[in-house]
Amino acid sequence: MVEAQPDRVTMRLLVIEDDRDAADYLVKAFREVGHIADAAHDGEDGLAMALHGQYDVLIVDRMLPKRDGLSVIGTLRGKGIETPALILSALGQVDDRVKGLRAGGDDYLPKPYSFAELLARTEVLSRRRGGRAEETVLRVGDLELDRLSHEVHRGKDAITLQPREFRLLEYLMQHAGQVVTRTMLLENVWDYHFDPQTNVIDVHISRLRSKIDKGFSQPLLHTIRGAGYMIRDGAR
Amino acid sequence: MTALGKLFRTTTFKLTLVYLTVFALFAAFLLGYFAFNTRRLITEQITDTVNAEITGLSEQYRLGGIRRLVIAVDARARRPGSSLYLVTTFTGEALAGNVTALSPGILDNPGWTETAYRRLDEADDHRDHEALVRVFQLSGGFRLLVGRDLEERDRLYHIVLDAGRWSIAIVVVLGLAGGLFVTRRVLRRVDAMTETTRTIMGGDLSGRLPVAGTGDELDRLAENLNVMLERIEALMHGLKEVSDNIAHDLKTPLTRLRNRSEQALRAAGNEQEYRAALEATIEESDNLIATFNALLMIARAESGQARDNMKEFDATEIAHDICELYEPLAEQKGIKLKVEADGATPVSGNRELISQALANLVDNAIKYAPPKPGEINGVPPEIVVRAFKEGDKILLSVADRGPGIPEADRGRAVERFVRLEQSRSQPGSGLGLSLASAVARLHGGELTLEDNQPGLKSIIALPRGGPLQNAG
Repeated sequence: MVEAQPDRVTMRLLVIEDDRDAADYLVKAFREVGHIADAAHDGEDGLAMALHGQYDVLIVDRMLPKRDGLSVIGTLRGKGIETPALILSALGQVDDRVKGLRAGGDDYLPKPYSFAELLARTEVLSRRRGGRAEETVLRVGDLELDRLSHEVHRGKDAITLQPREFRLLEYLMQHAGQVVTRTMLLENVWDYHFDPQTNVIDVHISRLRSKIDKGFSQPLLHTIRGAGYMIRDGAR
Repeated sequence: MTALGKLFRTTTFKLTLVYLTVFALFAAFLLGYFAFNTRRLITEQITDTVNAEITGLSEQYRLGGIRRLVIAVDARARRPGSSLYLVTTFTGEALAGNVTALSPGILDNPGWTETAYRRLDEADDHRDHEALVRVFQLSGGFRLLVGRDLEERDRLYHIVLDAGRWSIAIVVVLGLAGGLFVTRRVLRRVDAMTETTRTIMGGDLSGRLPVAGTGDELDRLAENLNVMLERIEALMHGLKEVSDNIAHDLKTPLTRLRNRSEQALRAAGNEQEYRAALEATIEESDNLIATFNALLMIARAESGQARDNMKEFDATEIAHDICELYEPLAEQKGIKLKVEADGATPVSGNRELISQALANLVDNAIKYAPPKPGEINGVPPEIVVRAFKEGDKILLSVADRGPGIPEADRGRAVERFVRLEQSRSQPGSGLGLSLASAVARLHGGELTLEDNQPGLKSIIALPRGGPLQNAG
């Protein structure tokens, strides 16, 4: 169901998860979409592998035998290893999330999760380090967003956006070429960690789409079925 | 542990022992002091009397020589209850007096001495008495001895000592008996409480601790524990209800899920049909997860765990944020969503939870809006979100022009999983209002549903927070 993306870069991943079925499933699923994934089944093994292997992202279960997931991340950070870590947890509450991020985790995903969500978040994490966070002007195709003057242009046309639409487009463009899920948008653009009963994000996206894509032959904002959205220069 | 051992181990009994020791020591000291002083007083009295007699008699001797002294002593010695007298020559020969059988050598030492003696007029009394005597050397070698019997002093001393022993014995006996009595009473009540506690621990939550009605500390303890038990029972009851509801409302979609998978296995002919069945399964399980998350959220709010994340913020801000989130959706359905606010509305609470509660209310309002704009009574569909102050409360209200909820159903609508008949066709877990209600209660407020004439007005009441730093 997850479509292969043309500009997907191969990641090296370490999955630290004590449930072997879940770990195997993740390793297999990551390999299917073209990434390299290893698995560790307890905290000590996971820590040793994370210390010696060259990984782009760690996927760490919160509750692990021998050594707790948060302690694994804390120890790595203590040794100056900054490999991005995504915490998986059966405890999906807001304060658990805060605890996880405080312990040095970079993202947090409550179980049960969809693989599409996990993949999207992992890819965003792997590119964060070399990311576009510091650029002042973001460009995708002929769409240009100036983060200082808050101006948006498509070709020669100026586009007027509401502040929240601007934040939405900014987030999408920061992660151009990557799948961004609805939950990620809700968390990063609206700062909400709950699940609105109706899918309000879709409506916001279609509004944004009508502003930036309407009247242009080449659409930039794509819906990725079963996963989320992606802004991408389709001409490439 | 034997019954007696249990008795001796109680706090009451130990306290009794401590008090008893203190009182006994105090009584002993008091009586000892009394006895000592009585004895001293009597001794002083004796010496005074004796000194006075000696002064008087030596005066007689000075005035009339030994003859006059002997006459005076004889006269005094005959009086009933008289002092003891003896006049001797320098060789020790008795000239006058009423005593004999003195300890040997007494007369050779002038001054005060205690000695045994016998009165002359009670010849057959073999018992020796004790006396305090003073020997006085007269001029001319005569010696004068005057003394008083000590029996009275010693008797009084012994009476006081005896009284002391008895009173201490009585204090100890009464104290012990009283202590045992009180201890047994307390112990009986504690035992009764322990017994009740055991049955409660055994699973019978309807048991209550016995209250004697005396209003003492044990009663107060029992009353408080009973209130606690009541609360626990209510919580347990709620928990049971929840688990019943969970069982029901999670099993229904699970059954659907299972049926659909079975159906696909049995009947699906090609890959497309399998794919469709799988997609439906995933969608169904996502709904299940959402329901589950909502349930956990409610449970967490109700247990008060979310109290750690309380912050001060402006409710108006939340109203604007949530409306901004839902505005495109409302517009799509042809509904006008607007915010009304007057002044700063400071709230102290969990921002995320309150946002979610308000989002649920707005979501409901949009969801249950009439399908075609303006359909109900010709009133244009409009949802008004208001944040305002009322007394010491901050209210967040969502008023719609939808079908509303009949008054009779309003109480029920807030309960978990209750989906009123007309809403069965709508998607959702039926937990939106319950969550909003749980969040309001977590903050010490409440969720009320009112008639908006026409439509529904849901109001979350929250306690007012302190002044905001950026209030304006």
